[in-house]
Amino acid sequence: MKYYTTIINEKGNIAVDDTILVKDVDATAGSYMLEGFKPLFSAEAVTRLENSGYTLSGKATVGEFGLDLVGEFSHYGEEAKELFGASAALVAKGEVEGALGVDVNGSPRRAAALAGVDFLKPTYGTVSRYGIISTAASGEQLGVYAKDAEGVAKLMTVIAGHDSKDGTSLSAEKYEYSVNEDIKGKKVCIIKQLLDKADDGVKTAVNAYAEKLKANGVTVEEVSEDIFDGANVAWQILMSAESCNNISRYDGVKYGHRSENYRNIDELYVNSRTEGFNFLTKAVILYGSDVLSKNRYKTCYDKSLKVRRLVKNKLDELMSKYDAILTPACSKTAYESYGIDGAFQKVYEESVFTAVPNLIGIPALVSGGVQLMGDHFSESLLLSMAHSAEKEGK
Amino acid sequence: MNYEIVIGLETHVELNTKSKIFCSCGGHSEAKEPNDCVCPACSGMPGMLPVMNKRVVELAVTAGLMLNCEISRYTTFDKKNYYYPDLPCAYQITQLNHPICTNGVVQVKTSAGTRDIRIKQIHMEEDAGKLVHSGRFSYVDFNRTSVPLIEIVTQPDFRSAEEVVVYLTKLKSMFRSGGISECEEGAMRCDVNISVRPQGSEEFGVRTEIKNMASFEAIEKAINYESQRHMDALEYETEELVQETRRFDDASGKTFAMRNKETEADYRYFPDANLMPIIIDDEWLEQIKANKPVAIDDKAVEYREAGISEKEIDMLLSDFKLGKLLDDIVALGCNAKDGATWILTDYAGVLRKDGKTVEEHNIAPEKLAAIIKMVASGEINRGAGKKILIAVVESEVDPVAYCNEQGFNKKFDASTVEKVIDEVINSNAQAVASFKSGKEKAFQALFGACMKELKGSGEPALIKSLLEEKLK
Ligand SMILES: [Zn+2]
Repeated sequence: MKYYTTIINEKGNIAVDDTILVKDVDATAGSYMLEGFKPLFSAEAVTRLENSGYTLSGKATVGEFGLDLVGEFSHYGEEAKELFGASAALVAKGEVEGALGVDVNGSPRRAAALAGVDFLKPTYGTVSRYGIISTAASGEQLGVYAKDAEGVAKLMTVIAGHDSKDGTSLSAEKYEYSVNEDIKGKKVCIIKQLLDKADDGVKTAVNAYAEKLKANGVTVEEVSEDIFDGANVAWQILMSAESCNNISRYDGVKYGHRSENYRNIDELYVNSRTEGFNFLTKAVILYGSDVLSKNRYKTCYDKSLKVRRLVKNKLDELMSKYDAILTPACSKTAYESYGIDGAFQKVYEESVFTAVPNLIGIPALVSGGVQLMGDHFSESLLLSMAHSAEKEGK
Repeated sequence: MNYEIVIGLETHVELNTKSKIFCSCGGHSEAKEPNDCVCPACSGMPGMLPVMNKRVVELAVTAGLMLNCEISRYTTFDKKNYYYPDLPCAYQITQLNHPICTNGVVQVKTSAGTRDIRIKQIHMEEDAGKLVHSGRFSYVDFNRTSVPLIEIVTQPDFRSAEEVVVYLTKLKSMFRSGGISECEEGAMRCDVNISVRPQGSEEFGVRTEIKNMASFEAIEKAINYESQRHMDALEYETEELVQETRRFDDASGKTFAMRNKETEADYRYFPDANLMPIIIDDEWLEQIKANKPVAIDDKAVEYREAGISEKEIDMLLSDFKLGKLLDDIVALGCNAKDGATWILTDYAGVLRKDGKTVEEHNIAPEKLAAIIKMVASGEINRGAGKKILIAVVESEVDPVAYCNEQGFNKKFDASTVEKVIDEVINSNAQAVASFKSGKEKAFQALFGACMKELKGSGEPALIKSLLEEKLK
């Protein structure tokens, strides 16, 4: 198994997904296209952790641009029978205290669910995106992996807070994360439509988790809400469009891979990119390019922006009745390896569980193999629920 | 056949800021070597995010104010996608959906008279870098990437190359005096949209666009060449005109069609999620207005020459609508100095009484001019003119018809006036008595009564002197 693309320090206690920049350390985002690219600066979250005394173990292998299920399609990875995410596995093995990951389409959340560790995709704007290899700016967030909710809270307290280098960063200087909020009397709903999409193993895990919450005085109810499918389509459209645009800078002109085979600038572009990207990235680029084209913009991209608004309203309504939403993080308890030809479809199907937090910027915490979503800035409540459930489990 | 040339202009102006639009690189114009003035952001490296340079917003708003634009309180950025080696991110950050300024107007004065050129919009955007070709290789220089620009887009309101040059000269002098741009060689670039139609026709002809010209001389030549080409095509059917993008060749003085590929590109514009919408609140706008340099416009000189006071000039220039109203009534034959007083004292006064500002009521210049002219010609007196003005503002009456209806312009000879005065004295014995006992106020009451009887149309000086005489 290959966990690291580059090892920085064998004794380091924090792994960093290779979609996040560390000064002078190769940053590949799992792509051949970025081979040999050494950034001139570190991501803000990395700097904050280092300034707080953490040391980096290395750049954890990720799927190309973090667009796949859990990291199975990295140019630098190795084929494995059972799929896993490198950072999540390193945390599960106890080799590092925590890790940083970029959640653009649920990949770190699925990886955490499979590995049985925690991953928090925080509220949009609370953690600086400065220094992440950006794909979908409007919904991607840098989050943390840790073995439990306490570990997540500890790292989040270090990295969150305003950064003037990121125009989307919110103004609060600091955020405090707690696992000890009173959760007694809180209300949680389970979305029937999402539960129905999961395997029995996952259903059992969700129900068992509900029981743990109930044991801590939380009311859990099943509700019917069918916005998730539409929300997923909208996010796949926006995500693909934005990724297509952000990835277009990798053109073979300035850095990274350049084809040896070209006679003019058009061939340089086409051949470098054809050789540099994997099939999933190409599918996302094509899809994104299509939805932004003149004849589709109105019905695809613009429509998705409207759906984003609708989903926000729907979730506001739901959050006025419930404090959190309990869902699967993925449909299975384990993924088997599969061919990249089917990746776009596979990721699309699995993202129905993860898309809403990316689409509208709400936090999502994966813990105990399941996912809790909450209103903006409800991280401490989610962490406290997870903390109680984790104590129940021990 | 006579033809009319129709021209619209897109002018790119480099803004005079210390640093680039989305990063802190500064001093690109002093950079000695290629890529001296670059950072990871403006060279398209991953991980960097654009951070808005507020000064760019302020200069764009100032430019908008100078061009009498509406300032958007909510403005956003979009990405324009295309591949070119001098564009490091393979997209340009610009404004499509919510540009910072809209609906302005600039006046151009040429031998053909003074005409309004409407400004469609002003938007902010970043510049691209440049390519240097040498032998088998091409080199990329990013010193210019992300240098802030504004693009000023006019409506197709120009009718001659002369008007275009006057307009550009005016922009240049305004922007220089306003500290918006140095407007140095190459810092002001134009795309010209041009079409030709038979004189009197309402429909536009086939439009061609001539891209990226930097000198006024070239622009003038290009317009003259291109409009002649269009006219020849229409008159002699020398060729069939097609909508296309062309470039002007300085050496030959001709325009040439560019490759179709470049004109048919789908730029896949979409909102830039890395830049939050910019909100321009009252406080910020007021601050920008307060810092806005005095527009050294030909207008001020013109007004001064007409004998308008400095205070009035300031008022007229600070509110475009006031200045425009004055220009309009002058064009309709009113005296400028007189017109300024009518607008700034009488008209503004009437509106103020109604609790309104000038923006809230648009008097038709024709109506105001008609009133002023009636007073100036001695047809009616000023008081009557003011009464008509009130009626126009309140109920939008036709001033001349109203005047006739009210009999303001009825002429009274001295004997009629005398008769009226006698009647007033006879029927106001009490007022006469109190005047005679020394109460000056009573005189005003009597005078007012006379004026009323004469429907405000009597000559006040005459009435006054006759009344005084009779009361002695
Ligand atoms: Zn820069």
